[in-house]
Amino acid sequence: MATADPQVHDEHEHGEFIAHHFDNAEQQYDSGKLGIWVFLVTEVLFFSGLFVAYTLYRSHHPEIFDQAHVFLDKWLGGLNTVVLLFSSLTMALGVRYAQLGKNKLVAFFVLITMVCAAVFIGVKAIEYSHKWDQGILVSSAFNYTTVHAVPATAIGKALHISDYLVYLSAIPAILLVGFLIAAVGFTVGGKKILGIFCGCMAITAGGYFLGVVGAQVYMNVTDGGVGGSHASQPILLYAQEDHAADDQAGAVDDHGDANEEHSADDHGSQASHGPDPTKFVRDIGIFFSIYYCMTGLHAFHIIGGIIALAWILWRSLLGQWRSDYFGPVDYVGLYWHLVDLIWIFLFPMLYLID
Amino acid sequence: MADHHDHTSFAHPVSVKLLVTVFVALILLTILTVVSAGQLPRPFGLWVAMGIATVKAALVMLFFMHMFWDKPFNIMAFMSSLLFASLFISMTLMDTGHYQDTIDQFPREPVAQPAAPAQP
Repeated sequence: MATADPQVHDEHEHGEFIAHHFDNAEQQYDSGKLGIWVFLVTEVLFFSGLFVAYTLYRSHHPEIFDQAHVFLDKWLGGLNTVVLLFSSLTMALGVRYAQLGKNKLVAFFVLITMVCAAVFIGVKAIEYSHKWDQGILVSSAFNYTTVHAVPATAIGKALHISDYLVYLSAIPAILLVGFLIAAVGFTVGGKKILGIFCGCMAITAGGYFLGVVGAQVYMNVTDGGVGGSHASQPILLYAQEDHAADDQAGAVDDHGDANEEHSADDHGSQASHGPDPTKFVRDIGIFFSIYYCMTGLHAFHIIGGIIALAWILWRSLLGQWRSDYFGPVDYVGLYWHLVDLIWIFLFPMLYLID
Repeated sequence: MADHHDHTSFAHPVSVKLLVTVFVALILLTILTVVSAGQLPRPFGLWVAMGIATVKAALVMLFFMHMFWDKPFNIMAFMSSLLFASLFISMTLMDTGHYQDTIDQFPREPVAQPAAPAQP
């Protein structure tokens, strides 16, 4: 492309942000923008493989999707949709203020975006752990039971939450404590900006627990959590259809004829209101293979987004954005909106099957 | 619309009002799609849900992703990915019946799921 003109570097006092191979700030911005769009193209094609898998299985085996989607709670999915949409709004606002060079507002809105991302992951952790507790796994491991697994870990028992949730929450918990300590340490040590950054990261990690607590409260209110009478809440729909079958199952349960696998469960009073597994179509687990691949890959993108946003937050705190240099905020924003875009399609495809 | 601050030619900050309006529209569409789920007769429910998702995606792309103001080349680059993704899906769908005869030679067993676990 254009050869670097040494003159350019001399005449800009903010030249440190313009790489030497660009003529000017606008050319640098446009190049980066094309770069991120090309990256988003590869992302769309990356996800499209999973969309192909989904479309094929749904067109060939609609019965699997009819039965399996009741395991997904459309209200939790809807909550996550709203959280992501809101994070997209705050991201767009962040980009706006970066363009105006208002770094404090950028930091504020990017932080909210990160917290929303963490809330999303928290809600997802509740959804996943709840499914794993009931053996709702990928096709090869699918082993559904109508009873929620009883927690065995000390924390799980104490808080009456899923063991899987305890394991999943370990990393955010470590991050929360670590960043809190670091925030205090840096602040005391006089490194104010690092202290603020670590504090923001701790708030983000806290966002995960906000999502977890919110979704867990919802599960408990709807009686779907550990020990809840509805092993899986959305199955209410299902339960109405198969009420007679459920009652029969309940009657059988009262014989106390313990299946070996579940002899550890001491929730004798716990009725099972899930759908009758004997009525499942074969290979119902294929839905969950697709579900875990799609939402799992999406969740990885959310986590990657948090890391990218942390970088943006750090540079906002350093006050590096100005009206002729805001490219990175815009690029990460575009990535973030794409992650939102994919969820906009995943939500009706997985949660809202009629 | 965008308020142009003309001291730099390439920053186009989108007004807060527009961004919030788009957000409200997205939320309303989300509520609509959740409420309408399962209410419509069979083939239409899916199409309505995907139609709403497409409108939402268009709103996000146009305003949050600034596509409304972006360079045509960038828009073309991104849209080509959607074109190729749809080709990918449709071409694969057209080819899936190919092994059906072979599959039909192996009749499936009846449901082999484990029975509902008894309660202790």
